[in-house]
Amino acid sequence: MAEEKHVLTMLVDNKPGVLSRVVSLFSGRGFNIDSLCVAETIDPLISRITVVTSASALEMEQIEKQLNKLINVIKLRTVSGPKSVQREMALIYVMARNGQRSEILRIVDIFRGKIIDVGQEHFIIEVTGTEEKISAIINLLKPMGIKKLARTGTVALFR
Amino acid sequence: MEDNNTERMLTGAQILMEILKDEGVDTIFGYPGGAVIDIYDELARTDIRHILVRHEQGAVHAADGYARAKGKTGVCLVTSGPGATNTVTGIASAYMDSIPVVILTGQVPTHLIGNDAFQEVDIVGITRPCTKHNYLVKTAGELAGVLKEAFYLARSGRPGPVLVDIPKDITKAKVPFRMPEEVNLKSYKPTYNPNQRQLQKIAGLITESDSPLIFAGGGVVLSKGSSELTELARKAMIPVTTSLMGLGAFPASDPLWLGMIGMHGTYQANMSVGACDLLIAIGVRFDDRVTGKTDSFAPNAKIIHIDIDPTSIRKTISVSVPVVGDCRISLDHLNRMLDQNEFINIHHKREKWLNRISEWKRSNPLSYQQGEIIKPQYVIDSLFKLTKGQAVITTEVGQNQMWAAQYYHFDRPGHFITSGGLGCMGFGLPAAIGAQVACPDKLVVDIAGDGSIQMNSQELATAVQYSLPVKIVILNNRYLGMVRQWQELFYDKRYSFTEMEHAPDFVRLAEAYGAVGLRATKPEEVIPVLTEGLSSDKTVVMDFMVEREESVYPMVPAGAPITEMLLV
Repeated sequence: MAEEKHVLTMLVDNKPGVLSRVVSLFSGRGFNIDSLCVAETIDPLISRITVVTSASALEMEQIEKQLNKLINVIKLRTVSGPKSVQREMALIYVMARNGQRSEILRIVDIFRGKIIDVGQEHFIIEVTGTEEKISAIINLLKPMGIKKLARTGTVALFR
Repeated sequence: MEDNNTERMLTGAQILMEILKDEGVDTIFGYPGGAVIDIYDELARTDIRHILVRHEQGAVHAADGYARAKGKTGVCLVTSGPGATNTVTGIASAYMDSIPVVILTGQVPTHLIGNDAFQEVDIVGITRPCTKHNYLVKTAGELAGVLKEAFYLARSGRPGPVLVDIPKDITKAKVPFRMPEEVNLKSYKPTYNPNQRQLQKIAGLITESDSPLIFAGGGVVLSKGSSELTELARKAMIPVTTSLMGLGAFPASDPLWLGMIGMHGTYQANMSVGACDLLIAIGVRFDDRVTGKTDSFAPNAKIIHIDIDPTSIRKTISVSVPVVGDCRISLDHLNRMLDQNEFINIHHKREKWLNRISEWKRSNPLSYQQGEIIKPQYVIDSLFKLTKGQAVITTEVGQNQMWAAQYYHFDRPGHFITSGGLGCMGFGLPAAIGAQVACPDKLVVDIAGDGSIQMNSQELATAVQYSLPVKIVILNNRYLGMVRQWQELFYDKRYSFTEMEHAPDFVRLAEAYGAVGLRATKPEEVIPVLTEGLSSDKTVVMDFMVEREESVYPMVPAGAPITEMLLV
């Protein structure tokens, strides 16, 4: 069966070991994690975990059921469609030698990114957007030489 | 406020005792050690019975056997480090079979956690994938609440083992205690009541069906839904098969009983799955040992699946009508929905289907030929007849387990206790000890192989110490018989390391432990040995020297459709 990308967002108890339960459920049952984000919510007793996974429809049904079965998972939703917003952030350390600096600045401008560090021969760029947008800017900057890259993975909310 | 619930200052160990009493715990299976010494000190001052096992694995299996025989939560108590790691196999077995067990492990003092302290192990980390839930208690203040939650989780919904890891300093610390209110977890609300519209659909399908089949499992036993299941089968005249875990959920003496399904299921049960037009699966999880090749499982049938655990549904088999709910409640609702008038002419309607099944039954019944050497099937057959099917049977794992399932017939639930999902050798003897503690007036028999009995034979000492008259029937073929059988059938008889070239003399082993040892080497000795052993009020080991290369049939090769059986 065809695999598709799914974004799962869940509220969990903010307790030690909870992330491990979620992650080992994926590894123990042979499901994929493409990206993972975890942080406290407005309620310090509750954390939000966002997982991007690739799975067939049948696998996805199992993943959701298994996650719901975890005692510490309070609420789980699959985020998709126009009612949702999804973003990720990237920090890109790109080589910026003379002759390329203006081109890089132009790309950053188009993607509404920010230069957050400037050196003799590099920029560090901060950019947020959908996964596709981040991938697009990375592709454009690749020829200049990306030395280091940190991506956060997707976070998502319903409107 | 009630008198008994005013706030008091208690130690962690005392709090534990208060909760155990409140939960109605009368027996604990355990093994002391440094980290639980304060708990043991307190335990000795209560009325709770403590059974000192000889290995912590035995403690969990015994609590498991106790839980199944008594229908309530089993409890075991062990120390940190090796005490805790020794429980893992027992926990995994209880988890696979959904048995309510609470495992209390000692832990090093909180300030030493993470320091690689003496007898420290991250047992919560180790058992995360094989418990329903587990806890590390961080403060004495939270102990009472965690323990109440643990018992609630173990017994509710789809039951299972819950582990609570308690650091030593917490067992000593004095804190204010008040019995916690009822447990209420916002993230855990099992669905007991089935969707009525789905049940209506099922009622309709049952009324329409010409050749329906009920396939019941451990969920029916756990939900205590046997009489509801029997009512449904008899009312709508539906033949019944069960998984290994479901044996006893439907009376084997009923003409509608087909025997067990699956890899070593009966011919008629497996053929019925292939031919039925409606399969009503209740409290099962479609294990690979049941389905064989999933694509060819019940190819002509609409499949109904009732289970309390949503993850069991559509995990391996796609179904037409899924129902999430408690098996007993669902069956009860369904029985009330089915209109008796629809089934007035049911005998006539079912005639063709039941005749077809009878034909299968006649053509390939379970059978064996007793010759010069004792047949293992003959031992079980004789045991069944001598005990009139009234014994509580536990098993080890392998051929002994399958022959027990085939030749001992169960009319009631809670009488067949086996490690089904994990298939854990060494389960039978400690489980028998637990069952005997739970049911002191019943005859409890462990059906064992010479291989698996050696995995926990040290528990003979436990049985003798507490005067538990469990009976151990060893089908001794000096092979790891089930693996040998696979090697015979699928590996050109290359018996790679499956021959037990040396084993103890089980009669003398029994005597060394203070139990009675008996042996039968010839067929005519089987009944006298069984008669003598079963009538003893002591722990008895009966060693039956059986046909060495006897195999379990029918057999569905792994991954084949279940209708394609090897027959003798």
